[in-house]
Amino acid sequence: MSMLSTTEKTYQELRQKAEAKLAPLADKPLIWIGTATCGKAAGALEVREAFKEELKNKGVDARVMEVGCMGHCYAEPLAVIAKPGFPALCYGKVDEGLVKRLVDDFLVHDDPCYEFAMVALEANDIFPTFADFPRGVYEEKIILEQCGFIDPEDIDHYLAKDGYAALARVLDMESPQVIKEVKAANLRGRGGAGFPAGVKWEAVAGQAEQTRYVICNADEGDPGAFMDRSILESNPHLVVEGMIICAYAVGASHGYLYIRSEYPQAIRRVRTALQQARERGLLGNSILGSDFNFDLEIFAGAGAFVCGEGTALINSMEGKLGLPEHRPPRLSTAGLRGKPTVLNNVKTFAYVPLIIKKGAEWFKNTGTPGSPGTAVFALAGKVANPGLVEVPMGTTLRQLIYDVGQGIPGDKKFKAVQIGGPSGGCLPEAALDIPIDFDSLKEAGAIMGSGGVVILDEDDCMVRIARYFLKFTQQESCGKCTFCRLGTRHMLDILTAITRGEGKLSDLETLRELAEDVQAGSLCNLGKTAPNPVLTTLKYFYDEYRAHIKEKRCPALMCPDLIAYYIAPEKCSKLCNACVGSCPVEAVYTREDGLKAINQGKCVKCDNCLKACPFEYNAVIKLSPPSLLEEKERSTK
Amino acid sequence: MSEVKFTIDGREITAPAGEKLLWVALKHDIYIPHLCGIQEEQRPGAGCRLCFVEVEGQAHPVTSCTLPVREGMAVKTRTPAVDRLVRSAFELLLSDHRLQCGKCPKNRACALQQIARERGLKLKLNRLKPLQREFPPVDDSTAVFACDRSRCVLCGQCVWADQQVAKVGAIGFSRRGLNRTVSTFTGMELADSPCTKCGLCVEACPVGALYFLDDNWKNLQGGQTPKGKI
Ligand SMILES: Cc1cc2nc3c(=O)[nH]c(=O)nc-3n(C[C@H](O)[C@H](O)[C@H](O)COP(=O)(O)O)c2cc1C
Ligand code: SF4
Ligand code: SF4
Ligand code: FES
Repeated sequence: MSMLSTTEKTYQELRQKAEAKLAPLADKPLIWIGTATCGKAAGALEVREAFKEELKNKGVDARVMEVGCMGHCYAEPLAVIAKPGFPALCYGKVDEGLVKRLVDDFLVHDDPCYEFAMVALEANDIFPTFADFPRGVYEEKIILEQCGFIDPEDIDHYLAKDGYAALARVLDMESPQVIKEVKAANLRGRGGAGFPAGVKWEAVAGQAEQTRYVICNADEGDPGAFMDRSILESNPHLVVEGMIICAYAVGASHGYLYIRSEYPQAIRRVRTALQQARERGLLGNSILGSDFNFDLEIFAGAGAFVCGEGTALINSMEGKLGLPEHRPPRLSTAGLRGKPTVLNNVKTFAYVPLIIKKGAEWFKNTGTPGSPGTAVFALAGKVANPGLVEVPMGTTLRQLIYDVGQGIPGDKKFKAVQIGGPSGGCLPEAALDIPIDFDSLKEAGAIMGSGGVVILDEDDCMVRIARYFLKFTQQESCGKCTFCRLGTRHMLDILTAITRGEGKLSDLETLRELAEDVQAGSLCNLGKTAPNPVLTTLKYFYDEYRAHIKEKRCPALMCPDLIAYYIAPEKCSKLCNACVGSCPVEAVYTREDGLKAINQGKCVKCDNCLKACPFEYNAVIKLSPPSLLEEKERSTK
Repeated sequence: MSEVKFTIDGREITAPAGEKLLWVALKHDIYIPHLCGIQEEQRPGAGCRLCFVEVEGQAHPVTSCTLPVREGMAVKTRTPAVDRLVRSAFELLLSDHRLQCGKCPKNRACALQQIARERGLKLKLNRLKPLQREFPPVDDSTAVFACDRSRCVLCGQCVWADQQVAKVGAIGFSRRGLNRTVSTFTGMELADSPCTKCGLCVEACPVGALYFLDDNWKNLQGGQTPKGKI
């Protein structure tokens, strides 16, 4: 038998205790409820209470456990029932009625209600698993693997699944070896820019200054992004373990998790995780019996988007205004309190324990040579299956949208995909075969960014979309530097004028010049990337801009100032009154002949009448440019 | 400190290693536009984005107030890329600046006018429209000097003078984005603030945002422009 090191022995004891504690639970039914923020918003807490109530009523001995997010947010609230003798089954869109049935039919009477089940969690002969889902074929869960399957508030669940084994191993390694492994894996930062984590760590480890810090960036300010929150809420120990490993590698004794204060649930679960890790000797002095000391604290961020930028984040942690600074110096030489600092994203840290456990080669087997591993995306917009997905780097946009996201709902035509959050770019159909990796996206004018992916269809006006995203960054500009403070505002003004039909062709030239100058001249990456949506839409959808300007026409029929609502007499049923009642300003009226018509002077373009008109008539249509109205009216007179 | 040799626009220059290029260039009478640079500042704010230069071997223009001089570097103060950025930053600043030089106490001594002169730029908007927005009222509560934010370029010279030179701490930057402004704590009037009226901030202001309320200025208020137009 080989000799176990002290750390290894200490770890094995912890793990055995955890397993011993959890083993008896396998004998009775277990109900998991996803209570991450997405589940909660859909009513998961009510479902939890309903289960408890019903179990009591029926006298069933089962345990209810809260877990995080499985990434199928569209089907929340989700519940999983693991009853000995059956595969663990997952049920979507659970409500009180279903709770009653599941407790009575399944837990009392052994009928798993397959008609309501969504998926089985382990392979079996009866019911499909996630891997049999169309998206399961493309998905490869590495950092999300345990999310939604373990109790984030009980460290023993993490320990029982091999958690902290990587830390135990690392403590028996020399720190340069740890860095070497992370470098060999070519783990690139998942906060957006893709900087190699190992190179960053090495720079910090090589500083003469001995006080060093490790900070996890969980500011996640992009609207629509929630993967970092989801990981912290679903599997906080994975991130904590990654941070401890990093601290060991770079010789830090103190670290922080910078979590935005709008994430109270994440903050709570991380706090619990830190507490439990400390109790088990995984944080604090003499970690796992070694001579390594490290502790972690939560810093609740003030919330401004720009505070996610490294130097602004440090300023705000030091109690100063959260404004970016010129670099260099990099954080690795002068970060928090002027000391060498590693700042990495939540996901970046989450990969670390897995890389240590399975090796750099394993990590590089997934993804592309330049961008190994997986990418986590939040799919949103005009896509059938929105939610959180993890796919290998190198997956094409087409696979992501059509295979993982199941395409565009309805009979609508795909128009563009906006990738990388508000500072990402809009890519057209022709770019769909681009592999998703840091470098290819950048080349196409988009960025990996926070992993927000918004899918747009023919009903989306690209000028408005550009304006929408720019408006966000413009409002979030800290105002410190000239280009971003004033340049984004002028760009926004130009876009607004164009959507109102008040643009000139020369504005497009000014817009492009300004966009390029803001990109080249801004102080921090907020300003440098803010023009991306504008530059990419100008590049790929120039005709749409032109139509707004030259023809006062919005091809997507979206810009209120460039459309008119019109009721086609040949389609309108005299017998129906739906539109008249729906109009908030009484613009829709009944003509003498019984047909409906719209008083254009009163119409506020709220879209109500179009929605109200029954499907079988579809008589309300939008016209662009509004001047088409005259023609229509003339032809029907 | 060791000296390094390098060139600016082909001219051989020697300077202590690590000194920031902007100050070295100015010392050698090579003009580079700048508003926010403060030589003593350890970590320059680099917010005005006017002091761009190009360094041979670097793909993009860089701000010279943050650029330590290095042995053998070749710097150009005028390239098409630099000129384009300066022109844009300058026009952006003008678009948010009440341009009435004739009525401004800083007429002819203004850094914006100097930049225009040195770089052949016009003191008027070319591609952009003036930003329409409300400024806080002029604060002339001290009766010694006044602060007119519609002329402020947010360079921070006054804040430095107040906090680091006078060591008073009466003013600082507040608010975000377009609303970023120089103000007293909680935005009270200067007269109610700890301001000692030493006037260092007024002397530091490169434009007409902070100005002494002397007789000359009172005449101007009457609509006369003794100094004439530039
Ligand atoms: C405006 C702005 C916002 C940012 N927000 C975040 C954020 O919320 N989370 C994050 O990890 N990185 C964010 N970043 C990137 C960070 O500056 C930094 O690059 C990152 O945290 C480094 O970690 P990584 O190497 O693991 O990606 C932001 C950058 C900018 C310019
Ligand atoms: S680019 Fe924008 S956010 Fe960044 S420093 Fe400049 S004004 Fe602030
Ligand atoms: S008041 Fe003058 S010195 Fe102060 S920030 Fe404005 S322009 Fe600069
Ligand atoms: S002087 Fe360099 S950015 Fe203002």
